[in-house]
Amino acid sequence: MVNGDPFTHQAASTAYHFTRAALQKGHEILRVFFYHDGVHTGTRLNVAPQDERDLPRLWRELGVQYGLDLAVCVSAAQRRGVLDASEAQRHGKDGDNLAPGFRIAGLGQLIDAGIDAERLVVFGE
Amino acid sequence: MSANPDIALPNKRAKKFMLVNRRPPHGSIYAQEALEVALIAGAFDQDVSLAFIDDGVYQLVVGQDTQGTDSKNFSRTFRALEDFGISKLYVERESLQARGLDAADLVVAAQAVSAQALGELMARQDVLLSF
Repeated sequence: MVNGDPFTHQAASTAYHFTRAALQKGHEILRVFFYHDGVHTGTRLNVAPQDERDLPRLWRELGVQYGLDLAVCVSAAQRRGVLDASEAQRHGKDGDNLAPGFRIAGLGQLIDAGIDAERLVVFGE
Repeated sequence: MSANPDIALPNKRAKKFMLVNRRPPHGSIYAQEALEVALIAGAFDQDVSLAFIDDGVYQLVVGQDTQGTDSKNFSRTFRALEDFGISKLYVERESLQARGLDAADLVVAAQAVSAQALGELMARQDVLLSF
């Protein structure tokens, strides 16, 4: 569970490094659930300065490499303007911004992951 | 809530979920979004408990008035937890005392427990979610 904004909080970066390290060690990551300001990780419209790490891009690449389930909480994302095409249409918005590789999911998917996984790790802020 | 398609998922084994609330109710949205997680966990028939520590105890204080801050007064929602099968609410006694509060100041019945007892409760959980 990633709660921190990708550019505001170190926790978001720690979550990425933890996930990558776990995968490299052969662990299975059932799901990465983005909540609170962590949902901003799922945008495809951010532009990171060239000399700064682009965490949303890094997550996308890690997701492709390992086939990760990158789930963005629907209610937290709607509040913050992270929408996929169908959500945008449903709410009458003129654009969508969910990055490829991410999906919109309900909070139930967080609980579900807590039930199925051996461990659920929370990364603030 | 009923619009959430996840609620229709079949029941699985119930795990012990504890949501640890450390932040005040207003000033950030963490407390409100934590409560949303609690309701869904309850709807999933999990063994859910809520712990309130540090300024998190303010979330339960009765008589909150948010009119001046443009924020949602969600404290009444704590009373609905019972309907979602959530009745285990723990407040850390030390945090209450440090803020001059006692059980009579709270919007719902919550069990005051020592920091040590709360630690023991945490150790028995399957999933700890901190907000």
